[in-house]
Amino acid sequence: MAQADAGPALTGASGSGRSRSGLVTADGTPLRRALERAERRRKLAAFLLVAPLLAFLLVVFIFPIGQMMWRSVDNPQVVDAVPRTLEALRGWDGNELPEERVFAALHADFMADAELPRREQKIGPMGIRLNYELSAARGAISRTGRNVESFEPPYKEAFLDQHRLWGDVELWRIIQREGRPLTLSYYVAALDRQYDADGSVVLRDENRRIYVSLFMRTLALSVAITFLCFLLGFPIAYWMSILPMRYANLLMICVLLPFWTSLLVRTTAWIVLLQQQGVINTMLVTLGIIGDDNRLSMIYNMTGTIVAMTHILLPFMVLPLYSVMRTIPPSYMRAAKSLGATPATAFRRVYFPQTLPGIGAGAVLVFIISIGYYITPALVGGQTGRMISNEIARHMQQSLNWGLAAALGTMLLVGVLILYWAYNRLVGADTLKFG
Amino acid sequence: MFDTRDDAAFVRFDRVQKSYDGSTLVVKDLNLDIARGEFLTMLGPSGSGKTTCLMMLAGFETATSGDILLGDRPINNIPPHKRGIGMVFQNYALFPHMTVGENLSFPLEVRGMGKSDREAKVKRALDMVQMGSFAGRRPAQLSGGQQQRIALARALVFEPEVVLMDEPLGALDKNLRERMQYEIKHIHESLGVTVVYVTHDQTEALTMSDKVAVFDDGKIQQLAAPDTLYERPENAFVAAFIGENNTLRGRVTAIEGDICTVRIGGDMQVRALRVNVDGEGAETTLSLRPERVQIDAGEDRFDNIFTGKVQELIYLGDHIRVRVSVAGNDEFIVKVPNATGERKIKVGEELRLGWTAADCRALDPS
Ligand SMILES: Nc1ncnc2c1ncn2[C@@H]1O[C@H](COP(=O)(O)OP(=O)(O)OP(=O)(O)O)[C@@H](O)[C@H]1O
Ligand SMILES: [Mg+2]
Repeated sequence: MAQADAGPALTGASGSGRSRSGLVTADGTPLRRALERAERRRKLAAFLLVAPLLAFLLVVFIFPIGQMMWRSVDNPQVVDAVPRTLEALRGWDGNELPEERVFAALHADFMADAELPRREQKIGPMGIRLNYELSAARGAISRTGRNVESFEPPYKEAFLDQHRLWGDVELWRIIQREGRPLTLSYYVAALDRQYDADGSVVLRDENRRIYVSLFMRTLALSVAITFLCFLLGFPIAYWMSILPMRYANLLMICVLLPFWTSLLVRTTAWIVLLQQQGVINTMLVTLGIIGDDNRLSMIYNMTGTIVAMTHILLPFMVLPLYSVMRTIPPSYMRAAKSLGATPATAFRRVYFPQTLPGIGAGAVLVFIISIGYYITPALVGGQTGRMISNEIARHMQQSLNWGLAAALGTMLLVGVLILYWAYNRLVGADTLKFG
Repeated sequence: MFDTRDDAAFVRFDRVQKSYDGSTLVVKDLNLDIARGEFLTMLGPSGSGKTTCLMMLAGFETATSGDILLGDRPINNIPPHKRGIGMVFQNYALFPHMTVGENLSFPLEVRGMGKSDREAKVKRALDMVQMGSFAGRRPAQLSGGQQQRIALARALVFEPEVVLMDEPLGALDKNLRERMQYEIKHIHESLGVTVVYVTHDQTEALTMSDKVAVFDDGKIQQLAAPDTLYERPENAFVAAFIGENNTLRGRVTAIEGDICTVRIGGDMQVRALRVNVDGEGAETTLSLRPERVQIDAGEDRFDNIFTGKVQELIYLGDHIRVRVSVAGNDEFIVKVPNATGERKIKVGEELRLGWTAADCRALDPS
């Protein structure tokens, strides 16, 4: 009925469409357009179904990540606090101390800031910001801030009397460099580098380099944990896949146990087991394998991190492996043997290659989770078992250098994306089988 | 042992028994000789132990007792990969991560054959199954029938002396199955390889095999050539399992030489060939093929003449199945060829049915 009504109008309107695609439906609509319309409704329905999740992700995931990335380059503190000084500094060559008019501008900035209500004052945050670049900057600024009202011209002397740092060309270089709304200095710091007197980026002193080696350690630990999970998970998954369902489920529960116990219980268990006076050490000493005075230290160091994280992440390796192995019929191995392959060859050439999608999925999961893992290294990792996330957390919670935390976090995120991209190029992400 | 005779058993099952659970025997006392170059089919209903026998021969299951010999050598303790027996699996088991060519060259590779030899053999095997241009494809890119051919080629490429096939055509449609039956038979004849074939399709068994072993209940019920199996079944199971069959149950009243008289139902006396009867007074099952029953039979030519009432006619093109009620048995089937000059039969009509004693076999009670 409706079709008959709509028929003539549509045929009239669709002259050009028809000439392009040629085919029309029974009521005269061009086939392509009819198809599009039907598809559009389906797509809309699909979109509406996922819309709540999309909105949720947008609010709690995409938006915060965007914020974090923004924070790693956002640099408003100096610009907001001392606009006059920056204006006066324009054109300064950075070799000698600035002239009197710059100090006068600085004084004016301090005075203007003091007028503002306390919560809106900008000089304090600038002190914190400058302190990231030059320790003692914060002290100099806050002390100056307290007494700046009594300053008399010439201001240059007044400032220099107040704090010797004002006579340091380094401080002025930093003010000039960071007097821009965007900065790369968090990334420079995150790569263990700093600006030298010419403003070029150089490596820091040896004893102050931490992040690059921490990134490397995180990477190495993640690789080691992934590999250990594979070594331990593969046989278990294989065994489960050939066991009758009843026993396989029982074993699965054992594998999943780490998921079901609280993190603190698990960690306590590891401490009980691994510490110097713990179960394992005591047993080894009792058996006479090691002496009482050289008990192994297996916790609060890298060993602790590796052991505990392997335990926790094992299910992420076993589950995809198991689901892939379950679908490999035993007839493949039989066929290989009947064709003359020894059991080892049959396993290597026929069985193992078919588990690769599961290994890939498990390894990607374990690796990506462990590279950003935070709580376990914090609890049992001690100093040498720390990972980059612990450093990020420290900057967020203790040193409150959110910019540096954001830069480190962004580098971690980009690193993971690059690795995933490489995996995709080399192996193909569409071959992954997560479950 | 020295055995130079050509027809000597090449594969031999010697009092083989198999139990999976320790309480029931899945294979009971199996004795079977297979000659070199023979095409032997194991036929039987589901669960009768065919696959189990094949798996024991291939080495994937161990016989609980008894010996399996291959060319006079007991192979019970030889692992599967050293037996040199080719196998075609029901689901083909082509390795999905290898191309067709790699699948075929796999058995040659594990035998350490050189590259050029391998390539020549793979090509020859592919040509044999008319799949020469498919070497670069993955198994997933092939149709069921093509996969079947590749599986066959792979089982043959390393020139085994015995090839086992477990319902290799089970997944194919009827037309393709018939074509593949012909091709497998053809390859068997041209290569002279010994084939042990498992199926539960009796047509397949009858058309392809030199010999058929009918399995039931873990035992071989009869081992014979297809025509013997059809025409001279030795027991009631084989008679009922192979082809269409009229079954009449009764008691033997008299025996004269090869011929016995059997009373069926109330007063009906049938003269039948004595095949598997204990003696007078014993229960027996008579087996009579529907196509051996003549309608409008003349007295002189037949040992048995009865009248029956037509219950149903089923038109099948080349012949008509007539269901007749004879002596209280409603399921008696007669096949009437659809030839020129045959008269029209109507439902409700009384028919005179006749058959010879030789066509009616008195078998064991069932
Ligand atoms: N691995 C096993 N464990 C225990 N019982 C088994 C096993 N394999 C087979 N059986 C039992 O052995 C009997 C024979 O099985 P088999 O597979 O040999 O039958 P088949 O003749 O091949 O049947 P089909 O025509 O259905 O393939 C069956 O009752 C089956 O349940
Ligand atoms: Mg079977």
